[in-house]
Amino acid sequence: MSLAAHLPALQVVLPLLSAPLAVLLRHGGLAFAIVTAGAWSAFAAAIALWLQVGETGAISYHIGNWPPPWGIEYRVDRLASFILLLVAGTAAVVLPYSRASIAREIPRELHYLYYAMFGLCLAGLLGIVVTGDAFNIFVFLEISSLSTYVMIALGRDRRALAASYRYLIMGTIGATFFVIGIGFLYLMTGTLNLVDLAERMRSVESSRPVLAALAFITVGVSLKLALFPLHQWLPNAYTYAPSAVTAFLAATATKVSVYVLIRFWYSVFGETLIFHRLPLPQILLLLSLAAMFAASFTAIFQDNLKRLFAYSSVGQIGYITLGMSFDSVSGLTAAVVHLFNHGITKAAIFLLIGGLVVGLAKPDAHRDAPAGSRDAVPPAPTFDRLAGLAQRMPLTCFGIVVAGLSLIGVPGTAGFVGKWYLILAAMEKGQFWIVGAILLSSLLAVAYVWRFVEVAYFRSPPAGCARCEPPPGLLIPAWLLVGATVWFGLDTSVTLGTALDVARQLVKVGA
Amino acid sequence: MESSLVLRVVAKLLIPFILLFALYVQFHGDFGPGGGFQAGTIFAAGIVFYALVFGLDNARRIVPDRLVEAMLALGVLIYAGVGVAGLLLGGNYLDYFVLAADPVHGQHRGIFWVEAGVAVTVSGVMLKIFYMFAGRGRHDGDAA
Repeated sequence: MSLAAHLPALQVVLPLLSAPLAVLLRHGGLAFAIVTAGAWSAFAAAIALWLQVGETGAISYHIGNWPPPWGIEYRVDRLASFILLLVAGTAAVVLPYSRASIAREIPRELHYLYYAMFGLCLAGLLGIVVTGDAFNIFVFLEISSLSTYVMIALGRDRRALAASYRYLIMGTIGATFFVIGIGFLYLMTGTLNLVDLAERMRSVESSRPVLAALAFITVGVSLKLALFPLHQWLPNAYTYAPSAVTAFLAATATKVSVYVLIRFWYSVFGETLIFHRLPLPQILLLLSLAAMFAASFTAIFQDNLKRLFAYSSVGQIGYITLGMSFDSVSGLTAAVVHLFNHGITKAAIFLLIGGLVVGLAKPDAHRDAPAGSRDAVPPAPTFDRLAGLAQRMPLTCFGIVVAGLSLIGVPGTAGFVGKWYLILAAMEKGQFWIVGAILLSSLLAVAYVWRFVEVAYFRSPPAGCARCEPPPGLLIPAWLLVGATVWFGLDTSVTLGTALDVARQLVKVGA
Repeated sequence: MESSLVLRVVAKLLIPFILLFALYVQFHGDFGPGGGFQAGTIFAAGIVFYALVFGLDNARRIVPDRLVEAMLALGVLIYAGVGVAGLLLGGNYLDYFVLAADPVHGQHRGIFWVEAGVAVTVSGVMLKIFYMFAGRGRHDGDAA
């Protein structure tokens, strides 16, 4: 057997296998080793697939050797391989971070279960991207969602349970809507294979069940991707989940949902139906603008740093969906490239905040904390605790500032690339007021990043505080991602090149 | 409830048949309604019945928590392992055709092990849920 031919299956199977093995081993360290091995090999597979797809075009893999449309097809095209890189890459960085991070956040006897859940979640997210079968997407969506709920509920704060439950309800509604939509499509076309679905769709395009399916799928996926105003689950889930989980989810879960939406809109329903016969682009434009302003505005007034950046995520998702609403090559390029860049930026920020919380929890870091309080709930990163933080944790704070610049969209950072293409797309359409809106909403990002800078750099620290940089096990993975945000801001050949390819492949009708 | 003689005798009589019926449903899944999911549930129901009549502690002695947790993982491993076996024998993932010299026989063999994996995991999950609810110290009976 040649390994290369089976990469699409191995991509999902390796992390999937690591999860039950972690449960069988019942040992935190061993579980860590095996799930990390699974994630790293998945990352290697993702890189190999990305190279392979770049050379030969889309790869089709027939599960069980049943040819599509009868069997389940795994299909990796340019877009899918790009998202695979993001998901597997983030997991490969976040897992080593987990080792040092969850030791302080999750009881020791639950560690192996945490890693098992992480492996399952990773397998689910990769599966959503790889599969070319509509029902299979639903199955993987459920695998990743259910493990996500568990991981959020593992947060130390008791409010994590409520946040997880809320996400469970919203996420289940989203998944149910999605599967109802799939049901309608199956009813009308008799197939579940996405490629086949797209072909057969042409004859029944404007029938009522297909429109209902479109509505259900769009709303269901929008819930999962936290499109304003369906984002209510996100801020609490991100705030109270363990740090490593927040970072992983922020970089992957919502992004994979965006991928599903792009896939269904462009590859299945088709641009003519979505963008020309229905008022969907106008609706999406409005909601995106609302997200960019309302969520970013809310972010400014948050007292908890994690919550602030959670709201900022909702705002940044607005940029991604704004790019989709243009139906142009540069618009979709902006969406895809921003999806990737924002993913790594947010992962970097949440990893750094996780380290910051650990640093604050050190007994000598804060006068209020009783000595040896490792079992106590770690202090929330609220602004009153962050005064003068830059003197105590210079590396952490500088990392957050660099990633924050990427959120604003300063040239030289990853966040700039996506915004630049958004502006190009808006100008191509002659809608200069959108350019203004993008710039204005970036000012809101300046405001919330500045709030952190002001407190951390310009306030004097409370007396008697030593330097308390988080341990290198937390700093190195986080800084790896901070480095990536700068790298992908300067060298855009990988990200922008792929995104342009993707957009040219997918956008056929729009300019 | 533990003192009811009739219940204890009936339980002792019925439980072997419940477990046997689970196996029947499991292996008949090839030809008629049934399969790993249903069989796993019936199997777990047999153990739950035992726990209801003879007490949770006795049930936990027969099917310990660690075994239940191992079953959860083992079933998934068996299922995924069938897929990997297909890979190793030169087919695609989950390719049953290559599992035996005769492709039809290979299909039988593949689905047999997949269903076995499903049964193990499903009965494990059912028991895990039951143990977790029953172990909370409230009325055990309602959790079934």
